[in-house]
Amino acid sequence: MSRISQLFRSLTILLLLYGSASAYAGIEAHTFDDRQKEADYKELIEELRCLVCQNQNLASSNAELALDLRQQTYDMIEGGSSKGDVIDYMVTRYGDFVLYRPPFRASTLLLWVGPFIILALAILGLLKYIRGRSKAIEPEISKEDLERAERLLSQNQQD
Amino acid sequence: MKARHLIPLGIFLALTILLGVGLTLDPREVPSPFIDKPAPAFDLPQLHDTALNLTPEDMKGQVWLLNVWASWCVSCRAEHRVVTAFANTHEVNIVGLNYKDKRSDALMWLKQLGNPYVASVSDTKGRTGIDYGVYGVPETFVIDQQGIIRYKQIGPVTQQAIDETILPLILKLKGKTS
Repeated sequence: MSRISQLFRSLTILLLLYGSASAYAGIEAHTFDDRQKEADYKELIEELRCLVCQNQNLASSNAELALDLRQQTYDMIEGGSSKGDVIDYMVTRYGDFVLYRPPFRASTLLLWVGPFIILALAILGLLKYIRGRSKAIEPEISKEDLERAERLLSQNQQD
Repeated sequence: MKARHLIPLGIFLALTILLGVGLTLDPREVPSPFIDKPAPAFDLPQLHDTALNLTPEDMKGQVWLLNVWASWCVSCRAEHRVVTAFANTHEVNIVGLNYKDKRSDALMWLKQLGNPYVASVSDTKGRTGIDYGVYGVPETFVIDQQGIIRYKQIGPVTQQAIDETILPLILKLKGKTS
């Protein structure tokens, strides 16, 4: 098997593994009045973090607390609460940390802007490097050398 | 050696320091949004006498601790001795919030290990736990005379936490009004 197809195969496996990691643990049977509520519920449990296993959202966590919070989310959505209501409810209890998408404020400024600052610095560094390199490649040949080269070349043609 | 050759070394050192500091922090300690906010209300039956209810209102006028515990929680067993010793100093009253537990198990647990609480309330469904933002039992709240949460200990109460944080805070809160 060629190297490239091997690479593709491992990439595919990785992708499949990634897909399975975010699979639903939230398999409780909930019935919804309407589609919008169901969509809201699904979106919410994807966006809210489980605080017990911090790198999972409510949808994918099997923790007891995640189960309770899914139930709470379901109860609120079925009871007619909006998505904003549910998010407010969670944030007053667990803080911004419960959100996978934290709000933009002074304390989260670095979090939001930091990557762009690093990107800008990286681009600046890269430009500087490229410029430095093209300058270095430019050959510095003295007048005598050029004349000598021309002499040699014309000699060659005569031969 | 040219100065720019030191750049990778500099980056490496900076990264090492950054990651090193990261190792000393506890990612489980999520800043609680409750600090300096009123303690959420609850009205729950007491563990020992289910006919009696307890609410935070009953504790108004004194500094008190709300200790979230459960018989199934291993770390609660670990902190129990420290909590009991602290209760025996009679510095504060400690109320237990028995979180998602079976009443018989909880009663047995207290019988075996001793009961440091002036009262425990049963939060069988865990709703009050959610209202207090509980995500890892045990958790302990220091609540002042006006019913404001002043501190939250996530995880087991250690002697060090009592000596360095909880007791000084309680003394300070008591000092304010007397």
